Amino acid sequence: MATEAELELQRLGTEYKYGFRDPEQYVFKSRKGLDREVVEQISWMKNEPDWMRQFRLKALEYFLKRPLPTWGADLSELDFDEIHYYVKPTERQGRSWEEVPEYIKQTFERLGIPEAERKFLAGVGAQYESEVVYHSLREDLERQGVIFVDMDTAVREYPDLVKRYFGTIVPPNDNKFAALNSAVWSGGSFVYVPEGVRVEIPLQAYFRINAENMGQFERTLIIVEPGGYVHYVEGCTAPIYSTASLHSAVVEIIVKEGARCRYTTIQNWSKNVYNLVTKRAAAYRDATMEWVDGNLGSKVTMKYPAVWLMEPGARGEVLSVAFASDGQHQDAGGKMVHVAPYTSSQIISKSISKGTGRASYRGLVKVHRGAHHVRSNVVCDALLLDEQSRTDTYPYMEIEEEQVSIGHEATVSKVAEEQLFYLQSRGLSEAEAMSMIVNGFIEPITKELPLEYAVELNRLIQLEMEGSVG
Amino acid sequence: MTLEATPLFTIENLHAGIEGKEILRGLDLVIDRGEIHALMGPNGSGKSTLAYVIAGHPNYEVYEGRILYKGENILEMTPDERAKLGLFLAFQYPTAIPGVTMANFLRLAVNSVRKARYGEDKALSPREFRRLMREKLAMLRMDESFATRYLNEGFSGGEKKRAEILQMALLEPEFAILDETDSGLDIDALRTVADGVNALFNPNMAMLIITHYQRVLSYIKPHFVHVMLDGKIVASGGPELAEELEVKGYDWLKAEFAEAAS
Ligand SMILES: Nc1ncnc2c1ncn2[C@@H]1O[C@H](COP(=O)(O)OP(=O)(O)OP(=O)(O)O)[C@@H](O)[C@H]1O
Ligand SMILES: [Mg+2]
Repeated sequence: MATEAELELQRLGTEYKYGFRDPEQYVFKSRKGLDREVVEQISWMKNEPDWMRQFRLKALEYFLKRPLPTWGADLSELDFDEIHYYVKPTERQGRSWEEVPEYIKQTFERLGIPEAERKFLAGVGAQYESEVVYHSLREDLERQGVIFVDMDTAVREYPDLVKRYFGTIVPPNDNKFAALNSAVWSGGSFVYVPEGVRVEIPLQAYFRINAENMGQFERTLIIVEPGGYVHYVEGCTAPIYSTASLHSAVVEIIVKEGARCRYTTIQNWSKNVYNLVTKRAAAYRDATMEWVDGNLGSKVTMKYPAVWLMEPGARGEVLSVAFASDGQHQDAGGKMVHVAPYTSSQIISKSISKGTGRASYRGLVKVHRGAHHVRSNVVCDALLLDEQSRTDTYPYMEIEEEQVSIGHEATVSKVAEEQLFYLQSRGLSEAEAMSMIVNGFIEPITKELPLEYAVELNRLIQLEMEGSVG
Repeated sequence: MTLEATPLFTIENLHAGIEGKEILRGLDLVIDRGEIHALMGPNGSGKSTLAYVIAGHPNYEVYEGRILYKGENILEMTPDERAKLGLFLAFQYPTAIPGVTMANFLRLAVNSVRKARYGEDKALSPREFRRLMREKLAMLRMDESFATRYLNEGFSGGEKKRAEILQMALLEPEFAILDETDSGLDIDALRTVADGVNALFNPNMAMLIITHYQRVLSYIKPHFVHVMLDGKIVASGGPELAEELEVKGYDWLKAEFAEAAS
């Protein structure tokens, strides 16, 4: 519940306030375009073991072979030859903010990261372009054996764990963008929670793209051992350029017996970023995996967080909010794959479309043969803010078993004039009334967020709204 | 006219309607500070329309006439600008806003109105607001849980009406219209709400009470009673007019009015 939210809402500007940019002062920037040489170069610069180099090269082949998806959002303007695939901003990573180059540190200060870290986070990773420039974890968690490092460090320092799980949940040939990520990945987080350890306050990673025509391809792997718990949060922003940047991440999560993982995203890319992300988790016996996904920014987002329910008692949940305003296409949803009997899942999707913005729900519930006594429920609600905006729903079901209980509900509504008038007659401006209605609409999801993120989400929606009403 | 002599609220020759259909057809009304006016009239005569036009509902069109509040024509103002001047309408049919708690909504509303009326530094802190909200909930004998319930969602008819008066209590209007607030309240609730309204009333403000029943007027004593027929005020008098209507109904007025019109 965001009780302090409205207080925050009152101090607002009207622009995308994360649109500022730093001059480029990089250690290394790969030339535009992608081929074997660029991939070799990335691997060489990272001084990687040979297995990883081979993994990348194989993935590159898959990427080049695979066609662009023909469904979902329009990707025809995305030019793979115009992108820098690897940009290294600094030589080394800081463990304190003092060790981070001054201009990058200032960027993260403007984004409020060090402050959030002091106030309510157990650990922070900050990625700038292709590399993680800062990383920290509270000492007590370190002592308990929790690992929270960037993925490159993990390859070096925890080779056994990485080799065992990397690419097992999202194989390189899974889809074109997973293949791309596998070929050129850099940065991202590696999280390991030992058996029975509960990380009670969130770990956060923050991803920042600064350069123009930049591709960011972080790779995240989270392993929660039996009985463990972790809440991982990611945020992302970029400056506004007239040409497109590409963000294509892969996230793999393994939640073992009786463990629980929650993964929260507040995506607020500037409106020139293609955001094409593959997120997938495997949940084992009595484990719980929850994706909380807030998509506000980007030009195009295609993202369907997935849970494979591998053993009885596993539970998967996706809570998704998508806000598409002028010129944006948010194609978002979730995927639940019931492999084992006695598993359950829920997808709740709330989308808001404004102006020429288009928000689509795309989801899949699959129940394998033999996975009886499965329960699954899908609810997708769309809210249209004006006459022009549009929404679509693509709910796919592949049910191969009879003894299952599957629910699906979809609603489309418009902001009612009577609601606006009612709120305005109490002294709220049209923009305030509109954002209050929208925030109420997504409340079932914001109430699941820690207060700070609920406030942030409500605030971002308020910003979107101020631009829209005259 | 000196400034002191300007009445708080004046309607002059108001013609208004919706989708080209005229509903208010030449309406005049003057209400001053310290006065309570009752407005009665058969279903469909235009009472709620009048309330909406005063509050600034965007779907209603004004064809002719003026509405002056403290001497200023408010017809060009948005509903929130009017609220910020101290106008308030308790709705006949309050709207539900899912997911928005009463407390969150009311804090934003109260503070935007307070800042506009009393000055930027007069906003209430979260703590002050909570205290005030608790006090007003108690006055209206409403459970504290209403603060965290979603605005009008799943409220019973009577709870909605009480919640409207709660909002009035927090917003401290100078001119309040109560559109059938008494309908749907049980006997005890009517008493509680009427006591609340009486406690809120002061010589500096004015109220227009729209009702079908004499009963509420025995609790909230009006100084003037008006009868509306077909978008016009056709009779005005003291409290005795309401009693007369209770006994005789509207037919005699309709007959008189039809005669006068022909
Ligand atoms: N949106 C609308 N479209 C068409 N006609 C309308 C609309 N709103 C009101 N009217 C008509 O205007 C007339 C006056 O309605 P209004 O609600 O003002 O009456 P009222 O006096 O408040 O009645 P009641 O005592 O039943 O509340 C009615 O005939 C009603 O049908
Ligand atoms: Mg009415």
